[in-house]
Amino acid sequence: MAKKRPVDETQLNREITIEQRETEGLSLGTIVRRRFFRHKAAVISMIVLGAITLLAFTSVGTVVGGSGNLVTDPNTGKLAVDGFRIPGWWQLNWYENYDIYNPGGTPTLNVWPFDAGQHPFGQDTLGKDIFARVMRGIQQSLIVVFIVGLLSTVIGTIVGSLAGYFRGWIDTLLMRATDVVIILPILVVGAVLSRSFGGDAVSLALLLGALAWTGLARLVRAEFLALREREFVDAARVAGAKNSRIIFKHILPNTIGVIVVNATLLMAAAILIETSLSFLGFGIVAPDISLGQIISEYNEAFRTRPWLFWYPGLFIVVIALCINFIGDGLRDAFDPRQRRLPKSGGAISELKQLIAKRRES
Amino acid sequence: MLSFIVRRAAATLMVLLVASFIVYQLTAISGDPLLELRGSRDPDIQFKIQYLTEILQLDVPPFIRYFYWLGGAAGCLIGQCDLGISVSRGEIPVTEALSGAIASTVQLITLATILSIIIGVAIGMTTALRQYSGYDYTVTFFAFIFYSLPIFWVAVLLKEFGAIQFNRFLEEPYIPPGAMTVIALVLAVAVSGIVGGGLKTRVQSFIGGAVLSVVVMIFLNLTQWLKYPALGVPGIILMTLLVASVVLVLSIGFNQRRGLIIVLGMALVAAAMWLPGQYLFFYIQGPLGILLIVVIMAAIGVLLGIIFGGDGRKEISRAAGITGAFAGLIMAIDEALQYWSEYLSLIPLNNGYISTIGAVTPAIKRQENMWLSLIDSYAHLILPTAALLIISVAGYTRYSRASLLEVMNQDYVRTARAKGLNERTVVVRHAMRNALLPIATIVPVDITALIGGAVITEQVFAWAGMGALFIRGLNAVDVNLVMGYVMIVGLMAVIGNVIADLLYSALDPRIRVS
Repeated sequence: MAKKRPVDETQLNREITIEQRETEGLSLGTIVRRRFFRHKAAVISMIVLGAITLLAFTSVGTVVGGSGNLVTDPNTGKLAVDGFRIPGWWQLNWYENYDIYNPGGTPTLNVWPFDAGQHPFGQDTLGKDIFARVMRGIQQSLIVVFIVGLLSTVIGTIVGSLAGYFRGWIDTLLMRATDVVIILPILVVGAVLSRSFGGDAVSLALLLGALAWTGLARLVRAEFLALREREFVDAARVAGAKNSRIIFKHILPNTIGVIVVNATLLMAAAILIETSLSFLGFGIVAPDISLGQIISEYNEAFRTRPWLFWYPGLFIVVIALCINFIGDGLRDAFDPRQRRLPKSGGAISELKQLIAKRRES
Repeated sequence: MLSFIVRRAAATLMVLLVASFIVYQLTAISGDPLLELRGSRDPDIQFKIQYLTEILQLDVPPFIRYFYWLGGAAGCLIGQCDLGISVSRGEIPVTEALSGAIASTVQLITLATILSIIIGVAIGMTTALRQYSGYDYTVTFFAFIFYSLPIFWVAVLLKEFGAIQFNRFLEEPYIPPGAMTVIALVLAVAVSGIVGGGLKTRVQSFIGGAVLSVVVMIFLNLTQWLKYPALGVPGIILMTLLVASVVLVLSIGFNQRRGLIIVLGMALVAAAMWLPGQYLFFYIQGPLGILLIVVIMAAIGVLLGIIFGGDGRKEISRAAGITGAFAGLIMAIDEALQYWSEYLSLIPLNNGYISTIGAVTPAIKRQENMWLSLIDSYAHLILPTAALLIISVAGYTRYSRASLLEVMNQDYVRTARAKGLNERTVVVRHAMRNALLPIATIVPVDITALIGGAVITEQVFAWAGMGALFIRGLNAVDVNLVMGYVMIVGLMAVIGNVIADLLYSALDPRIRVS
C-alpha cells in the first residue's frame, strides 16, 4: 500500500465543483433518489399513478387465471367471468347490464360535496356501469404497460449489450434483426400480429413487448460501445474477469440510467399503442375490456352520451402523463447535465459565501 | 458517397425483404380470405371460390406463395408492377387500389409534417432561449400533456366536439367581449413571455400584445372576416411584411439598411403585382399559375437584391428571393379566398364549413375549378392535420428545446458572445444552425411515426388513404392489399433513413459517411 498523502482540506474544497459538493460521499442510489424526490411533478405523478392503480384493482376486484370468457353461472343463472374472481368494494360488475338509473344514463358523480351515487361515470344504452368498465379497462392497460415495460427492457438490454460488447458479426446480426422490427410502424405490425395471437391483455402485452425493445437496444448498444473502451473494463479484463462478469458487473450498472429512463418512456408509449390498437379493433377485443376499446365502442354516441367517451380517455391521458413525468424525473436524477439549477439556499449560496470570503481576505 | 448510398440502400432493402416475408406469413395465417364466400348460398359460389383459389394461389402454402408474390413485386423494378389483386376491393389490382390512396395519405401527412416542424421548432427554441421562465414552464407542461394524448381520442374529440362547435361559431362569427378578454390576456402573456427581458420591457410587450390582439379581434368582428375571409391588397402587404421580418430575423438582421429596405420593400412589390397577378390567374388556370407567380415574385426579389444590394448582394438577394416566393404564395392564397363565397354556395351547408369526414366534396369536384378544389381539400384537411399536429408538435418542441439548450452551453457560443456579436447573430447564426442538426435526423423517423398515426386519423375522419386500405385488408385477410401497404410504408422508411444519414453528413462536416 502506498503511503497516504496528507490532504489539504481547503485545497480539496477549492477544486471540486458545486455539483460534487452536493453529492460528496453519497452512493449513486442515494444521489438519484434525492434528486428524484426533488422533482415535484415526478413525485406527484408517482402518488397519482399509485392511487389510480389501487383504485382500479380494489374497486371492481379482478380475475386471476381462466380464459376470461363470459360464462353463465349454472347455479344463479347470472353472467360470470371464467377464472378466479377476486371481488372488490364496488358492487357492480363490468359485464352485467343494470337498470338505467338516471334518465339517459347520465353520470351520478358529484364532485362537491363528494357523492359517487349509483353510477358515478354513468351508464351506456344497455345499462352497463361505466365506472366498473373503466376500472377494468385501467387494470388491463396497467397490466399491458407493466409487461411491455419489463419484457422489452429485458430484450432490449440483452440485445443491446451483446451487440455493443462483442461487436463484429454478432453486432451486425443483432442490429439487422433490430432493423427488421423497427422498419415498420409498431402499430402496423402489432395489428397484424394481434389478429392471430392477441385478444386478451397478457398476450397483447407479450406481443407489444416483443416489438417495442428496438429503441432501447440501440441506446444500450451505443452506451456499451463507449463504455467497453474505458480503463475500468480493461482493468477487469486484465484481472481475469470473464465476459459475462464484465458485462453484468462492470458495464451494465453504468448504463442503468439510460435503461431506467427509456424503459419508463417506453411504458408511456405502450399504453398509447395498446389503447390505439384496441381502438382500431386489433388489440384487446371483447369480452375483455380496454380503455381504447371502450372509446371505440362508444365513439358514435359522443353527441348523445359524451361521458362514455370522456372518462376512459381521461384516464389514458392521466396514466400516460404520470409515467412521462416520472420518466422526466428519472432523467433529471440520472443525468445531471439537464438538471434544474439548485435553489439559492443550496450550493450556490455556499459558493457565493466562498467568493465573498476570498474577496475579503 | 455513392457507394455508401448503394450499400446502405441494399442493406435496408434486405431488411425490408425479411420484414415483408414475416408480415406476409403472419397475415396469411390470420384467417381465411374466402370465409365470407363459403357461407354464401349462391349456387355459382363454388365456381367463384375455385376461381379465387386459383388466382390467389390459396392451394399453395403461404411459405411458397410469398415468393410468387415477390416475383410480381420485383416487376416494379422494371416498371411492371404486379402486386396481385385485392379480394376485399372487388378484385381490382392492388397497384390500382394503392395509387389513389398513396396520394391522399401523402397529402395528409405532408401538411402535418411541415407545419409541425415549423411550429414545434419555433416553440421549442423560444422556450430554450427563455429557460426557466413562466413561458417555458407552461409550454413544457403542455408539451407533456400533448405527448401523452392518445391520437384517436384527440381525433374523435376534434371531430365530434371541436368541429361542431367551430361550425356553429362560424354561422354567426362574433367574438363576445368575455372571450375576447381571455384570448387577449393569454396572447399578451405569451408575447411578454417570449420577448422576456426586464420588467419594463415585459410590461410594454404585455400591453402591446393585448392591445394588438383586441384590435385584431374587433376588426374580425366588424368585418365578419372569419365567415368571409379575404386578404386583398392590404392583407397581402401585411402578410408579406410579416414573412419579410421573419426572413430578416433568420438571415441578415435589421441592422443592414439596404437589406432592410429591399426585403421589406417586397411587400410593396407584392401589392404592385396584385393586378397583373389577377390577369395571370385568369389566363393561366391550374397549378402552373401558382408556380409562375411564385417564380416571378422570387425572381423580382433576387433581381432587386442584385441591383441594389451593394456589398451584401448575395445575402440580400437570397433573403429577398425567399420573401418574394412567400409573397407569391400569399397572392395565391388571396386568389383562392376570392372563391370562398362561391365555395360556400356549393357545399351542402348542413355539413358545416369544416367537413369532418372524407377528403373531397363531390359537388365541388364536379366543378373542376382548381381554386375551389384547393379550398375544399384544405377545409377537409384542417381537422386530421390538427389531430396529427397536436401529437407531433409536442415531440419537436421537446427535441428542439433540449437541442438548443445543449448548444447554447457550448464554448463556441460563449466565444461568439465574447467577441461582441449581438444576440440575434449568436442565436441564429451560431447556435440555431447547430441545434437544427439533430432535429434534421429526427424528421424522417418522425414521418414514419406519422404514417402509423395516420392509420388512426384516417379511420376517424373516414379518409380513404393507405391506413384505411390496410385496416380493411387486414380485416378481410386480404394479404395482397396488406402487403401493398407494408411495402409502401417500408419503402418510405428506407428512403427516410437514407435521407437522414445523408442529411446529417451534409449538415455536419464532422461526420463523413463511408
